[in-house]
Amino acid sequence: MKAVISVTGCDAVGIIAKVSNVCAEYGVNIIDISQTVLQEYFSMIMLVEIGGISIGFAGFVDRMSELGRENHLEIHTMHEDIFNAMHRI
Amino acid sequence: MPNRNDIFETINMIRQECLDIRTITMGISLFDCQCDDEKRLCSRIYDKIMYHAKDLVQTGNDIEKEYGIPIINKRVSVTPAALMCGGISRDGALNIARTLDRAAGELGINFIGGYSALVQKGFTNGSHTLISAIPEALATTQRLCSSVNVASTKAGINMDAVALMGKVIRETADLTRENSAIGCAKLVVFANVPEDNPFMAGAFHGIGEPETVINVGVSGPGVVASAIRRAGSSCNLTEIAETIKRTAFKITRVGQLVARLASDRLNVPFGIVDLSLAPTPAIGDSVAYILESIGLEKCGCPGTTAALAMLNDAVKKGGVMASSHVGGLSGAFIPVSEDAGMIEAAGCGALSLEKLEAMTAVCSVGLDMIAIPGDTPEAVISGIIADEIAIGVVNTKTTAVRLIPAGKAGDMISFGGLLGEAPVIPVSRYSPEVMINRGGRIPAPLQSLKN
Repeated sequence: MKAVISVTGCDAVGIIAKVSNVCAEYGVNIIDISQTVLQEYFSMIMLVEIGGISIGFAGFVDRMSELGRENHLEIHTMHEDIFNAMHRI
Repeated sequence: MPNRNDIFETINMIRQECLDIRTITMGISLFDCQCDDEKRLCSRIYDKIMYHAKDLVQTGNDIEKEYGIPIINKRVSVTPAALMCGGISRDGALNIARTLDRAAGELGINFIGGYSALVQKGFTNGSHTLISAIPEALATTQRLCSSVNVASTKAGINMDAVALMGKVIRETADLTRENSAIGCAKLVVFANVPEDNPFMAGAFHGIGEPETVINVGVSGPGVVASAIRRAGSSCNLTEIAETIKRTAFKITRVGQLVARLASDRLNVPFGIVDLSLAPTPAIGDSVAYILESIGLEKCGCPGTTAALAMLNDAVKKGGVMASSHVGGLSGAFIPVSEDAGMIEAAGCGALSLEKLEAMTAVCSVGLDMIAIPGDTPEAVISGIIADEIAIGVVNTKTTAVRLIPAGKAGDMISFGGLLGEAPVIPVSRYSPEVMINRGGRIPAPLQSLKN
């Protein structure tokens, strides 16, 4: 099972490190990262494998949202299937 | 990895444009609860609902969290209760109402539907008993919803039932007068009622449905309005219709995904996805704003019916390919009190009762959540019902009436939550009393020689 983590907000040092650390902490494996900075706006999409997650996925979603709040970032963690359902026939 | 733009489009739809799953509704058959002892009947009904729907709310919440899509309502619909009322008293029918309401409260769902009767051709003893109990049932419960089907294209219009429902709406309004006549917001009169509708107040579990079933209603007027605005002012109506279709497809695919997940996790068969554009009073979540974004100065002005006809058709065309089974009411809803743009349009006089009636000829449902003066006579309410029902019967479509007699013309009546608020719209001063009092049945219309 895979999930998509999207991170947007003002650019700062260490955003990827902070998000990756939380992933590592809960056994979430990063498969792909796409990241850009447009002027000072940071935007990243991370595809992660959640098969080996050490807490419930809902708990991980909450933890990521909390990380976003702590760092003034918008972080959304959603199951990959919602994007596939909406955009692929 | 999914395309970056697609990911941000989905997130934007949910966060900025109010995309949500409006309801997961579990249908439960109560046929095997039948019993000639009123107490045992009620306890069987309670036990069966609690057994089947015990995980409904939690499952909905889990899917919401994991997939990041808000699921606003979790609901239950049951077999039309009139079918249970054949051998019992009016008090027994009231006990069924309280039992359903108690089960809904304990499950944590927001509404339970199915306090219903199908009387398009005539009344059974059970339907008489149930309909006589509706005003008190709605006045003494919180979550119960009631509906009565008074006509169909095949049976014609039961005008005795139309006359009776004018009286029932009047009584319900009087019994809940202290509370903005809220009872009437939970009571719908139908023609050609669908048996798999997940939306309240008209949901019930039809007699041809399986033991249990999951039906899902989607929403997303804000997403459609934004897509039309992005398409720009230079594109023609063919292009607008294409934009609506594409957007409706995406919205419905999410509904199909959620329906399949809920069905798997609850081990209940998937029934249908209702291809609906259901507004809420939230700014930006309005069907009226879609019509205005197409190019109307105000919803209700000339051109509104044509714009709505195109919208309704495009939503169905886009949605039907996105789901394996489509049903329910499927189309754009125009409940006045639940739609910020409709409230504005009715408030400034752009939208009249007569224009709303014309609009219902080309879109889903009917005269929905409309506040009319509190002193409107029974016969006038019945006349409004009869007109709306005739549109459904002749056009072979579902129509419905949910009127709230409260206050005076021009007052603003507030119902709270998703039910919103509505300006009281004036109705005609002239009465159809003599016609309504004739009773009888209007015969089924001819289905050929269409002009």
